[in-house]
Amino acid sequence: MQTKTKDFWVFIETNEDGSAKNVGLELLTPGKKLAEKQGGKLVAVVIGNGVDKAVEAANAHGAEEIIIVDRPEYRRYSTDAYTIALCTLVEKYGPTSMMIGATSNGRDLGPRVSCRLNTGLTADCTALDIDEESGNVAWTRPAFGGNLMATIMCPDHRPQMGTVRPGVFKKSDPTTGVAKLIREDIPVSQEQIRTQVLEVIREVGQENVDLEGAEIIVSGGRGVGGPEGFALLQMLAEELGATVGASRAAVDSGWITHAHQVGQTGKTVGPKLYIACGISGAVQHVAGMSGSDVVVAINKDPDAPIFQIADYGVVGDLFEVLPVLINEVKKAKK
Amino acid sequence: MVIHMNILVCVKQVPDTAEIKIDPVKNTLIRDGVPSIVNPFDAYALEAAARIKDANPDTKIVVVSMGLPQAMAALKECLAIAADQAYLISDRPFGGSDTLATSYIISQAVRKIETVEGKFDAIFCGKQAIDGDTAQVGPEIAEHLGYPQVTYGLVAEVAGDTLSVQKETEEGSEVIGVKMPCVVTFTKPAWDPRYPNIKRKLAANRAEIPVITAADLPDIDLSRAGLSGSPTKVKKTFVPSRKIGGVKIQEEGAEASAQKLYSLLREAGIV
Repeated sequence: MQTKTKDFWVFIETNEDGSAKNVGLELLTPGKKLAEKQGGKLVAVVIGNGVDKAVEAANAHGAEEIIIVDRPEYRRYSTDAYTIALCTLVEKYGPTSMMIGATSNGRDLGPRVSCRLNTGLTADCTALDIDEESGNVAWTRPAFGGNLMATIMCPDHRPQMGTVRPGVFKKSDPTTGVAKLIREDIPVSQEQIRTQVLEVIREVGQENVDLEGAEIIVSGGRGVGGPEGFALLQMLAEELGATVGASRAAVDSGWITHAHQVGQTGKTVGPKLYIACGISGAVQHVAGMSGSDVVVAINKDPDAPIFQIADYGVVGDLFEVLPVLINEVKKAKK
Repeated sequence: MVIHMNILVCVKQVPDTAEIKIDPVKNTLIRDGVPSIVNPFDAYALEAAARIKDANPDTKIVVVSMGLPQAMAALKECLAIAADQAYLISDRPFGGSDTLATSYIISQAVRKIETVEGKFDAIFCGKQAIDGDTAQVGPEIAEHLGYPQVTYGLVAEVAGDTLSVQKETEEGSEVIGVKMPCVVTFTKPAWDPRYPNIKRKLAANRAEIPVITAADLPDIDLSRAGLSGSPTKVKKTFVPSRKIGGVKIQEEGAEASAQKLYSLLREAGIV
């Protein structure tokens, strides 16, 4: 595809209520720097229905231009409709680079769009820069379950595309935005959307396990010993306003549902604080949480590998440590 | 009504990333001696196909892999578990392909395999491979073929000319109806995939697995394959720096440790 501008695009994923998912707003922060280095504008692309809130947020967090596609057929995410919309926009405006948040939907959409545009896509990036020599975006991402990092470039195809992991970048402080708003009308027919949501199953008793968006996660592994142990973790989580996570060992033992699982076969998280309780720290688990800002590990075994990546490691019995910790948090609140 | 489903399952042979160690001196990955396995997510895709076959015994399951000749072992394992036929896509011009080139080659090979096996109703893939972790090849195969896709599937059922796929979402799960032919990528379900039995294992060992090369794909544009046909280039790889200098807390008694932890977190402004 021909580029027509040096602009850097950030796709802003929306919720059904028309608000923006955090990751899109987070990506405006590195997007601004990269756009400046590329000599282009930072453009937010908002697709959804009744998206005023998302547009307002993108404006407040640094977008210089916002392209809006607001129609009923975009209320719910569908691969087909969103691919048509995004590809139509890219072909019209010709940006040089584009980022998409690496949420479930983002990772469904990204490869579909890049393939239709016949360009390269780098998945689940955790660091971004502009290569000084070539001026290309240098996308850095983990592979081999987090054991290896790779920096990838897309020298000859445009736009250069990447999905970027939620929680890696921080939203900028909101300002009074001055973005130019551009509205595009891209109708999509029923026949063009080849999937249909037949049923939505919310997890019983856990209406929303938003680990990806959580700022604090209290996570438990084999050392938690059973569902009763997770009740203790839940108490700490409530005091801290945290979400409960789990290792595969705990999920496979049936102590907590898979929706809580962090790691290679679960979710990838990047909270400000990750408290690992009775988690040994297997490579597969670490792959899902190594993007955390601060890691606290509580484990009886002083040789547990989790201590190698912990900022604060408590060697001790979690059943003795957690009640005291809960108490301390309660005291501090008063 | 008898349902004749024709399902293609795409599998990748991967190093068991759980067995990968870091050379502490050179700070590089030690890949020697790491066992190769069927990518676990692809095993879930195969299990989903096997469950459709359980419900509709006239279903045919074909597996395909792109890789080096040793990927035959992964295909034989799939035959031993549930597959009826296997194909290997392997040729020098395919080496070094990124996800766009890989999915292009596989989509070309799908059309070739269909001349023998008949048109596929559904193509199942793992949501991602545990070595590359990109989750891109499945959706890209769908795009090359012009098929709809469902990602993060757990289980699928046939309902007329549509497949109803239960998929994992951030809030729980959803059932998606998708018109066939389609591509579905699968994630880890709540159950374990089935194991091979001895009889199937013996038959799999004797199976002849056809190899598809560039010469077998008359329509392929080789400028879109391999390292040179890949839009993305790996500039460098490196082992991530490990955190060093973490604070270890081991006071006299758990209470003192917990209190120290809390005061350190407060001092650092973390809580």
